[in-house]
This record gives sequence, C-alpha cells and structure tokens, in this order.
Amino acid sequence: MHELSVTQNILSIALKHAGQAESITDIYLVIGQLSSMVDDCIQFYWDIISEGTIAQGARLHFKRLPAMMHCQHCQTEYPLHETSFVCPTCATTNVVLVSGDEFYVESIQVQGDPI
Amino acid sequence: MNIPVVEKILSSNDTLADENRAMLDAAGVFGINMMASPGAGKTSLIEMTLQRLGGELRLGVIEGDLATSLDAERAQRAGATAIQINTGGNCHLEAYMIRDALRQLPLSELDLLIVENVGNLVCPANWKLGTHKNILVASIPEGDDKPYKYPGMYRGVEAVVINKVDLLPYVPFRMDYFKQGIEVLNPGVEIFSLSCRTGEGMEAWLTWLKGLRQ
Repeated sequence: MHELSVTQNILSIALKHAGQAESITDIYLVIGQLSSMVDDCIQFYWDIISEGTIAQGARLHFKRLPAMMHCQHCQTEYPLHETSFVCPTCATTNVVLVSGDEFYVESIQVQGDPI
Repeated sequence: MNIPVVEKILSSNDTLADENRAMLDAAGVFGINMMASPGAGKTSLIEMTLQRLGGELRLGVIEGDLATSLDAERAQRAGATAIQINTGGNCHLEAYMIRDALRQLPLSELDLLIVENVGNLVCPANWKLGTHKNILVASIPEGDDKPYKYPGMYRGVEAVVINKVDLLPYVPFRMDYFKQGIEVLNPGVEIFSLSCRTGEGMEAWLTWLKGLRQ
C-alpha cells in the first residue's frame, strides 16, 4: 500500500536527472530483498502517474539483490535464511548481514540532450 | 544516452525527516518512534510510560493509526499532550505527516515526544521520521521467529522492547533463539524485557528513556 508514494519518488528523481532530454526510455532500479516493495505494484502505478510526462512509456528494470550474510569466523557468504542465521559452513552465529537493504535509482536512459 | 543517478528512492522523505529532527532539536525535545505489529502493546507501553514519567518529564504523543482517535484519547487520559494522525489506509507514517503534527504541538512545553507508528511489521522502519531513536515493541505471543521473518524491521531500530513476559510460562517461546536473531541483525541493540500488565522490567526501560535526554 506504500508503492504509490514510492513510485512518485521514482518519477521525480528520474525527471530531475533527465533535465532537458526529450524522453526517458528506461529506468534502472536496485531493490534489496529486505525492501518491502512489490514490482508489479510499482509498475501498475508507474503506468498511471508517468502519463503526460517525458517518462511516459519508460521501461522499469528491477535489479533484485538478495539479502546476504557474511560469516566473520570462516568468511563464508550465504543467502539469508528465514528460520536460522547459523553459518552453514562452521555453524557459528558470528555472522552479519551485508546486503539486502538497497533501494535506489541506479541510472536512467534518455533520448536527446539532458542539458 | 545513459545517465548515472544512484539516488535513494526515499531521499525526499529523508530530507523532511532531517528538517523534523532540526525542529525537535531547536525546541529541546527528544523524539522516539515506536513501531510494532498490531496488538504488541505499543499503546499500553506508552500509557505505562506516561503514568510513571509524567511527574518528571513533559510528554507529548503523536498517534498514527489507519482510522479512529482511540489511541490519542488513551494517551490524553494518561496525561500527555496528544495528536492523532489518521493515515487513511497508509501502512506507515511518513516524515511529512510528522511535520504537520509537530506544527500543532506546543514543542517548547515538551521534553519527550513519543510517536506511535501504524501497527505493522513490514515497512515502517524504511521511512525515517526525524525522531532520535527507533524502537520496536515485540511481544511473547507473537512467537520467537519474528526477527527471522521480518529482518528489515529488526535492522532499523536502536532498541527492542519484549513485552508480555508474564506470558512466558504459558506460551512456547525460545528467548535465546529470539535474541540470537536480533543480535545477528542488529549487533549491540538495547533489549528490554518487560510486562506492561504486571510492571515487571519497567524500571530499566524508564531509566534508559530518562537517560536519553542527557
């Protein structure tokens, strides 16, 4: 239910960086597993709110990053598991979460000169 | 033509949150953002805190809820200056809502402001409000697997309150397993075990809260 305001933020960031470009054709998003966002939902709102802007019809690309754990004892990297944080290699819990929080616009593709 | 951007999608909310923080700092008010699933006991913890600290600190409360002003009325009865925000279905509070509420509060007459977020364990921690500390209220009947199922929320807080510890004899709950999950996600985070019903463990929580203002 929060994807509408999120999608509005994506549009305003894209428009700001596009400057005077004729159109925005692609938007590349990086979304970590722990960001509670639904791709389809963002896409649904996108089609509505981008209408009439230079970003109308732009393709949204979602790069999903898994939540990864790193064992500080044996250096193993492994995906977050939902029921246990124990390292699968050495069975210690001397582990930290190293990725999965990401939530940003990485780049945009435009036609025409942005300046 | 490709234009590199690398801008956080919630950066506009973060900017407003920074402005809220400046507003609180200018007035000398310490703000906390209290999050939890529905029924964990946020409002009860706020009531107990108001009753116990009301004589020492001037307390304000911002209540976020989908609808109704029941929680704000409870906080007012317990002695706080309270404002209700009805999000109209939105699943979390955002910084702009807090900005509007701060303008309605007599900040110069407050020491501590408690924001009660919408009951939800999925997303509130992603939206900074400008408060100084984020606190998650967990409770024994929710089960010991919550840090594992909702890691994002347990990552984004500075303290975890485990409420309803008086129910431990009646509910299967592995405290070690629960705390291990929290410790991995959020090393060194403050943990308080208490019961709003019996008052057990409240003292440590209140002492920590009072210490935050120094």
